[in-house]
Amino acid sequence: MARLVGLGLLYFFVASGVMADSVSRAAPACQLQFRHESDARPLSQFKGKVVLLDFWASWCGPCAQSFPYLDSLQRQYRDKGLVVIGVNLDEDLQEANAFVDKHPVGFPVALANNAACAQAFAVQAMPSSYVIDQTGTIRLQQLGFRPGEAESNRAVIEQLLLEKP
Amino acid sequence: MRQPMTSRLTFYALVLVLCAGCAEVAVWERAYLAKAHAAIDPYPQQTALQQHIYSSREAASGGQESSGGGCGCN
Repeated sequence: MARLVGLGLLYFFVASGVMADSVSRAAPACQLQFRHESDARPLSQFKGKVVLLDFWASWCGPCAQSFPYLDSLQRQYRDKGLVVIGVNLDEDLQEANAFVDKHPVGFPVALANNAACAQAFAVQAMPSSYVIDQTGTIRLQQLGFRPGEAESNRAVIEQLLLEKP
Repeated sequence: MRQPMTSRLTFYALVLVLCAGCAEVAVWERAYLAKAHAAIDPYPQQTALQQHIYSSREAASGGQESSGGGCGCN
């Protein structure tokens, strides 16, 4: 019995330490209001592509660290069918705009009214990234940003790009 | 008979007070909390330096968060 409890505890600690999780659940519906666009677009519009949805905010240090990595991903795999989308969660839009001006990136950024989207995805950390496959299923979620983990996620993305929907 | 009743009431009152103080703040609503001026110690380096001077000059290590304990080995 004690061994069972010990194993249970061990599993709990090991499982809670894993920040990049393989998951398999349908991506929730989400409206995205992109910068410099007047109308919101549904996330479902990107079905058929591999989408990396990254929730970020200007006040979050690791988010600034992750931007060059996300930009490199977008540049490297854009032609193979990857779409990186930055979803901002700032309450102050001016701060979000200033952040994007300071960290210019090539991927589209959704700036306003994204709290509902974050709620639908049950975002638990800043930043949080979700990799969604061509069928609209979340296949990987990454809480926080650590360069080492980000590189191993690159392999997962490469594999997803090879999958046929 | 009176004493347990009073303590039970006090307990429930405390529970109610504590419940009222709980509020869940979503991760994306923590902008103001994440800013430097919202930190408990907004200038940690300055505080560390001041504490070091205080403990070495006044031989008064302890009384605040500090590693070591007045051994004079600062």
